[in-house]
Amino acid sequence: MAEFLSLKEAVSRFVNDGATVAMEGFTHLIPFAAGHEVIRQQKRDLTLIRMTPDLIYDQLIGMGCASKLIFSWGGNPGVGSLHRLRDAVEKHYPVPLTIVEHSHAAMACAYEAGAAGLPFAVLRGFIGSDLPKVNDQIKSITCPFTGEELAAVPSIRPDVSIVHAQKADRHGNVLIEGIVGVQKEAVLAATHSIVTVEEVVDELDAGPNACVLPEWAISTISVVPMGAAPSYTHGYYPRDNTFYKRWDAIARDRDTFADWMTQHVLNTDAQGASQ
Amino acid sequence: MSTALDVTPSEMMTVTASRALNNRTTCFVGIGLPSEAANLARLTHAPETVLIYESGTLQTRPVVLPLSIGDGELCETALTTVAVPEMFRYWLQGGRVDVGFLGTAQIDKYANLNTTLIGDYRAPKVRLPGGGGAPEIATNSKEVFVMVKHSRRTFVEAVDFVTTLGFGRDGTARDNVHPETARHLGKGPTRVITDLCVMRPDPETKELIVTELHPGVTREAVVEATGWPVRFADSVGTTPAPSAKEIEVLRALKERTERHHAGEATEQEGAS
Repeated sequence: MAEFLSLKEAVSRFVNDGATVAMEGFTHLIPFAAGHEVIRQQKRDLTLIRMTPDLIYDQLIGMGCASKLIFSWGGNPGVGSLHRLRDAVEKHYPVPLTIVEHSHAAMACAYEAGAAGLPFAVLRGFIGSDLPKVNDQIKSITCPFTGEELAAVPSIRPDVSIVHAQKADRHGNVLIEGIVGVQKEAVLAATHSIVTVEEVVDELDAGPNACVLPEWAISTISVVPMGAAPSYTHGYYPRDNTFYKRWDAIARDRDTFADWMTQHVLNTDAQGASQ
Repeated sequence: MSTALDVTPSEMMTVTASRALNNRTTCFVGIGLPSEAANLARLTHAPETVLIYESGTLQTRPVVLPLSIGDGELCETALTTVAVPEMFRYWLQGGRVDVGFLGTAQIDKYANLNTTLIGDYRAPKVRLPGGGGAPEIATNSKEVFVMVKHSRRTFVEAVDFVTTLGFGRDGTARDNVHPETARHLGKGPTRVITDLCVMRPDPETKELIVTELHPGVTREAVVEATGWPVRFADSVGTTPAPSAKEIEVLRALKERTERHHAGEATEQEGAS
């Protein structure tokens, strides 16, 4: 049964130091506000899971919240590197970061297997790739029917998954529209889930095949307008592509990054307003 | 008419790459250069080319080029948008993709792609973004086109890391696989389009050889920009020059894209 909580309370209750946390949203609906709250609460030693770490994990990693990252593509889309991620991997700054690297197909299948309650996912993947040599979580399995060798990866089952969505109704049922990514799978694969939404409405107006998360499948909901910015919420606001470009210069330098985070994250409250 | 055109090497590359796509081809599009070429094809000779992006946007017709693989523009102009697991499992692994269209940071003699890192994995000199969708796009698509600017830094004898399979370290990685794997494994890279030339794998050895030079490009220029002793086909053709129409459509597309992203930015800055 979903409980409406403030974001501060939701993060405090469900994100513990050392937890395995997935914040999903494939370019679209990235839960930035929730990630910022995790940073403000100075969570440590997290295992972060995300197909595309994006700016939000660059920020979490740069602020020293993570000790491990499970991912499949770690860049700033259309711009270049995630400099805080690179600094952690190349120079172990601010803390060493263990990386577990997959492909998109493997991670998507691993989330699906997690949602399905299975121990692992099977795919025709990683053929001829060096990734299995550097990630001992990628193994192979022989098809019992044909003898074909296929790739196997453990399912993803986070302690808590965090996603952003357009809206919830007053009972806490959630509608996700547009590029839906792996959010449904991430929520269903997790022990607990935090969903942030743009608004609460009387009626979801969801079509019969819409991507709806029933309130009894969610731990908690927080109402956070603009909660995905600078990524976007389909039907509400566009992706701030200029900010994604600007981030390159902000994140490139350790001090510039620290100043930016202090000003725009640490010294703000959970609704994004300056304190 | 086209001889009077002042065409840049980068435009030459995009137009050549776009011509590689046929009408009604189903193409899994990588972001950046491949996206530019695939959309040019759709806006010129191949209006019914089906473009799909890994964000789950199926049969999309963007008016401007997306900055990221999941821009709203892709979803708004798509026939339908599916979840990412469905994208990779049903549409790609299920064998629905004719052409996987990829860019890369490094490519070697056997068309293996590296987008993971330069140096050693545990102590990288430069950490790159990683594989993303590419490892499975390259093996589950029926064939692969690669589009990348030609330089010695990019075209190396052997990649530091095989993120994505071309033909393997010795050119034989796609041979002698289990019959069930063979039924699903695509041909691999069939052409590499650069700003200097077009390369194709030698039918026997799978080593990339130059089959076409862009107009005005010398063999020496290609040798100079390639990190292995590059070979040329017995008969090297000249890539047909772009038409005035192709250049006009391409420039309009890029201008529209630039204006769109800048415009968005102004609104956002103003609002904050």
